[in-house]
Parts: sequence; C-alpha cells; structure tokens
Amino acid sequence: MEKETCTFSYCQKPEIVEVETDLLLIGGGMACCGAAFEAARWATPKGIKITMVDKAATDRSGAVAMGLSAINTYMGDNDPKDYVKMVRGDLMGITREDLVYDLGRHVDDSVHLFEEWGLPIWKKADDGFSLDGFQANEQGKAMLKDGGVPVRSGKWQIMINGESYKVIVAEAAKKALEINRQATGVAQNHFERVFIVKLYHDANDPKRVAAAAGFSVRENKIYLFKAKAMINASGGAVNVFRPRSTQEGQGRAWYPVWNSGSGYALGMQAGAELTMMENRFVPARFKDGYGPVGAWFLFFKAKATNSLGEDYCVTHLEETKKLYSPYAEKLGTCIRNHMMMVDMKLGKGPILMNTHHAMAELAKTMDAKRIKHLEAEAWEDFLDMAIGQAGLWACKNIEPNKEPSEIMPTEPYLLGSHAGCAGFWCSGPEDLGAPDHYHWGYNRMSTVPGLFMAGDICGASGHKFSSGSHAEGRIAAKSAIAFILDHPDYKPNIKATADEIAGELYMPFETYEKYKTISTDPAINPNYIRPKMLQTRLQKIADEYFGGISTWYMTSKTMLDEGLKQLTLLKEDSQKMAASNLHELMRCWENFHRILSVEAHARHILFREETRYPGYYYRGDFLPINDKDWKCFVNSKYDAENNTWELKKVPYVQLVAD
Amino acid sequence: MPSFVIAEKCDGCKAQDKTACQYICPNDLMTLNRDTMKAINQEPEQCWECYNCVKICPQQAIEVRAYQDFAPLGGNVIPLRGTDSIMWTIKFRNGSLKRFKFPIRTTPEGSIDIFGGKPEADISKIKQPGFFSHQGAGKTMPTLK
Repeated sequence: MEKETCTFSYCQKPEIVEVETDLLLIGGGMACCGAAFEAARWATPKGIKITMVDKAATDRSGAVAMGLSAINTYMGDNDPKDYVKMVRGDLMGITREDLVYDLGRHVDDSVHLFEEWGLPIWKKADDGFSLDGFQANEQGKAMLKDGGVPVRSGKWQIMINGESYKVIVAEAAKKALEINRQATGVAQNHFERVFIVKLYHDANDPKRVAAAAGFSVRENKIYLFKAKAMINASGGAVNVFRPRSTQEGQGRAWYPVWNSGSGYALGMQAGAELTMMENRFVPARFKDGYGPVGAWFLFFKAKATNSLGEDYCVTHLEETKKLYSPYAEKLGTCIRNHMMMVDMKLGKGPILMNTHHAMAELAKTMDAKRIKHLEAEAWEDFLDMAIGQAGLWACKNIEPNKEPSEIMPTEPYLLGSHAGCAGFWCSGPEDLGAPDHYHWGYNRMSTVPGLFMAGDICGASGHKFSSGSHAEGRIAAKSAIAFILDHPDYKPNIKATADEIAGELYMPFETYEKYKTISTDPAINPNYIRPKMLQTRLQKIADEYFGGISTWYMTSKTMLDEGLKQLTLLKEDSQKMAASNLHELMRCWENFHRILSVEAHARHILFREETRYPGYYYRGDFLPINDKDWKCFVNSKYDAENNTWELKKVPYVQLVAD
Repeated sequence: MPSFVIAEKCDGCKAQDKTACQYICPNDLMTLNRDTMKAINQEPEQCWECYNCVKICPQQAIEVRAYQDFAPLGGNVIPLRGTDSIMWTIKFRNGSLKRFKFPIRTTPEGSIDIFGGKPEADISKIKQPGFFSHQGAGKTMPTLK
C-alpha cells in the first residue's frame, strides 16, 4: 500500500503547544488521582512540577466515572499475606506477590482518605445490621481509621454510598495539582480533554521516555509534554472483542467503554516489557445490563444455578478437577465461569441468579422496615455503578424479590486491576525478599527508564480495584519523584520535531480531506477506513479467531495464526484511518490503541501452550493446565520501529507460603 | 440505554460558558448542535449509560431511553442529584414506581483540605516503603522478610 504523509496540504495545521514539566501523569482515573495527591506532597517543597493530562473531565473520568457501590480492597484486620493468597488463587497460581503484598500493606491509607474527604461508608450497627454513610454519622459511629467497623460484603470488600466516589477523589487530586502549580509558578498543570496518543524516547538515551504527544478533542491544538518521568495509568481495553450487544447496546460494556487500550499501546510503543497479556477478564454479570453480581453473591448470599436448579459449581467440579487441579478446588472466578459454560453448552441455561430465594431467606430474620432497607440496598448496588441494569429491570418489570434474573459471561476485556492481570512488567519493592528479576531500583517503574505504570496496566497483580489503583498511583508517584531527584541534571529532549509529530497525529484528517469528495457518500470510500469500521473489523477478528463469544472463548494455534494474519492487514490499514472531526480523530487513535492491545493478547495466548484460565479462554490444542512447563510468567516486548515481537518465559517465585 | 435530549427543555446552556453535558461526558458523546443550539448525543451506540450528563444538566433536559436491542419500551430511571444525596425514581413498564434516596457525600463540595493536619513528607525516607502519611505518623510497614 502506498504510504500516506500529512503535509497539511488538505487539512488545517493545528496550533502546537509545548509544555515542559517534571512528572507527567497520563490519565485522570483513580491511579493518576492518587499519584497527584502523593506526588504533590513530595514534589512541591523541592520545586518539582507535576502535570496531569486527562482524555475526559477528571470529575467523571476513568473506570469509576459512574460511581461504585463497594470498595473491593480494604484490609482492615486482614493480613496482607492472606490478600496475596487470595489473589494468587484467583489468578491461577501466577502472580507478582511482591507487587500484591506491597499494595495490600499500603491500600487502607487511601480508603481512610476517601472517608475523610467525604465518601459515605456503611458501618455495622449495634444490632449487627447495616447503616448507610449518613446513618453511621448520625449514630456517632467511628471512622474506619479510628476503628469504625465497615459492612463487609466479602472478606476484602466494604460497602459504600459511592455515587460521587470519583468526584470526591478528583477534588482532592485537583487541589493537590493546584498546590503544586502555585508553588512552582506554572500557568496550567491540569489538562482535560487532551488525549495522549504516543510517547517519545529521549534523543540522547533511546531507551528512556522523554515526551508524550496528544491532541485536544475540543480545538485544533497538538500538545507535546516533555517530562523527566511519567506515570502511565490510562486504563485497560474494552470493546476489543465483538460484544454480545448489537447496535445501540454496544456501549453497555461491563467495563467502561472509553478504556480503549491506550495504557497498553503507549507503553508498548515505548518498548516497555509486557507480562501476562494472555490473561483477560470475562465477568459473569446480569445479562445485557451487565449489572454487578458481587453484592448479590457475597452480601445477599444469593445462589446461581442452571435452569433446572442445579448448582454447576457442584455438578461439574469433579470433571473440572481432572483438567484444572489444584486450582479448580479454589473455585476462582474463571473456574466458576468454566463450570457455568459447561452447563450453558449442555443447553441447561439460562443461568439464573436466584435473587428471590436470597431475599426470602433474609426476610426470615427481618421485620418489614428492615426488608425495605434491604431492598433499597439491592437497588443501590445497581444505581451506584450500573444504572442501566436498574433501567433494564424496570423495562422488563423484574422485581428481584419475586423472580430470578439471568446471568451471562460477557465478551472478553483486557485489564489488570479487577480479576485480571494483563499489563506491564514493573519493578517491585526491594524490602520483601523478592528475587532480583522482580526489581530494578524504582517501585512500579517499567523496563523503560522514567516510565512508571499504575492501575489497570501494572501487570501480574490483579484485584487492586478502585482503592488499590489509587494506592498504586501513590506508590508509583513517590518512586517517580525519587527517580527525578536522582537525575537532577536531566533535560528531556526528543528527535522528532513538533511539526513531524503534528503531521503524524493529524494524519487521519489529511487522509479524509484528501479523498472525501471522490465518492458521493464520504462513509464509503476506497481510499480510507473510518474509525467505526476499524473497530468493527478488529472486534470480528478478535471474536472469531482469538476466542471470543462466537467460539465459546475457544482458540488454538491454527486459529491464532490465521487471526494474526488478518490483524496484520488491519494494522496496515490503520495507516489509512480517516477522521472528519476531532471526535473521530480520537476514535481513530483509540482504535489504533485497541489493535495493538489485541495483538499483544493474541501473541501471548499463542506463546502459552496450555489453558491457564479456563472460563476466560481455552487453547483447544492444549486444553489442560500444565504447571510443569507453564507455571511461569510470559513476557513480551514489541519493537514498534521494526514491527517485531520477542516473547519469553520468566520464572515465577512464590514469596508467601500456602 | 443511550441518553437523549428533550428538545423543549434544552437551552444549550446559553447562560454558561460551556455546555454542561459536553463538559462532563466521559466518552465525548454530547455535543452542541450549532444550528438548533441544543445538545445531542452524537454516538449513542458508545453510550455507557453513566448518567453523568443526566445528573449534571441544569434544565433536567436529558434522560435515558433503554437500548432497544435488548430492552422493551416503557421503563425509565430518573436521578435528582443534590449536594449531599441523590434521589432516584424508577418507573417500571407496568407503571409501578420505586423511589430511593441515597447519601453521596458527607462533606460540603469543595471543602476538602487535602494536607490539613497531615505530616510533611520526609525526603530522607522517599525510598522506604510507606506513604508520607504512614512515615509521618511513625508507622512501620510490614514486610515479608
């Protein structure tokens, strides 16, 4: 294919804004909000400048934009060692125990801050029932940091009134940035609606990152941020596989639809080593609305069964053990999915969450007032974090106390903060006795000097959730400040000129303007591909070849090889992506990021010759788990310049005894 | 369940410096139609139904209509977000109603004093485990060794 270049012969040249900073925070979600808070305390007295760049408005950006009904990682009286055991068990034995333990010992401080800042947290009443955040205050219940007793929906989860969770956390982050801005005398250090697309290496040190480029989605402006260190916390990848919903409903992904793989793509293009990209998450959620089931399982003690009333986690356990012992016995998230899918394939669906039985059981010990309170709690679980599920139940006249509701495994997602662990290979803390290959000086730094990772994309360390992502952002920020202090004379400098970068980022505009009049309908044109079709083709390839819903998550070497061929052509076509406005330009680059994320995912699945995560995906040619050969990490490195990949096994070391 | 704008109610946020829904939408969906000077959802199939446009609209001009690829008509969910709590009205297809009120915040908006009463960071401990807050309070972080 002829290579296009953008010389601004057809589209308007944007204004180019260069910003020099010290620590750049890419993203505005929980991790970067945590990073802003912690960094401001360490950096400000030293005159170190912090800048945050967010694709959206920080009050409502990232995975917590809608709100949450629970904080899923709060240690309280638990030992972080037990947290490591839980994470290891759920992620089928392979996890970076240093990173997980480190998170566990830090995370509660973030939760205590949230409560201090105004997040309402449920407390246990004297009679053992639950009080919402207001009732707890009225009754003088102590704050968590002073020994207040939260309402646990599970060993690690606490219930909150979390509609404004992100707004509260963002307020603190914005204040931290403002304190730093005033002290360092810069004009602006918080950029909203600026989408970072690509990182650039230092001109003198080709391994190190020195700059990040992006564009405003509101006006014709390119931004070039030069920084001494960066924290990349720009999220996982959603809508990379063909979703179950069609047309309108495609936005109702379980994970936020705006998490477009930018976190992975930015690091990959900078040459950062990936780990466990074969991992994915397939949550089983209420069908179509994808509302949360955790509170129903853990808090209301509801049971899921097939339509014949059989508990698939009992009926299929023995046969599951034959392939997936000793992990099957732990009944981790993917194993439960696996046994559910066995029943679905046997035609024993729909799978039902028996909400009505659970409510009836709980009502036995409660009076009418308490039952009303309980009903409100059940609805709040949806209204805080998956409002559409409440709407779906309203449209279908479903009353959870009267009838069960269908649950369903979703399309696959790539992420590393929930029950998944796809991300980058990052340095861990040095004081935990971890082997040498786990740390290289700066906690949460990737293999690229100066580039730190947090939240969804710090790999092999799942189950951080919202609080853990905030805490991890803080850990990364503190260590990035140490990195900056250790390199006092460093000045970031890149080879590419601002004009070259602007040309690269605005290429889809140039292509569109050049060719749009050739056909009478600019949507159908042989010279380019619009972002919607770029995404559609990616989803079809991922779904059909890499184990999506249409093959019941099944793939194999032959399927992966063929899919990668198709993906290579799509990647070539991405050079011809076309945008008619800034919104589409954002979609073009988002989908390019999705393509890179999916390629990493497929190559890792191809490399790992076993089925480590049944219920998430299957290698039909290597169906059992194989601890003898594969109880190890799979790491990879993408060379963006030459478009080549290196994959390797990396030893797993157990740090916490069984 | 894409959001939609009620033509009669939307005034294009003309009294403000920017359109509220356009400002808040995490997925850059809400935009102002310069001809009608009213907001529209420009890409309804990418709407997550986060309701942030609905909650922020000063005219209560935005609602959500369930995704028609799986939801029957007739139900809706309407929030009314205040400074410390949120009211929800859920209307079922069969006409029945449920109303809930939940807390959202225990402190006044804008009141967070982030470093008030908090220790300074001790730069000599920057490479040791623990946040500035742990270290300033003299807390020793547990370790596996």
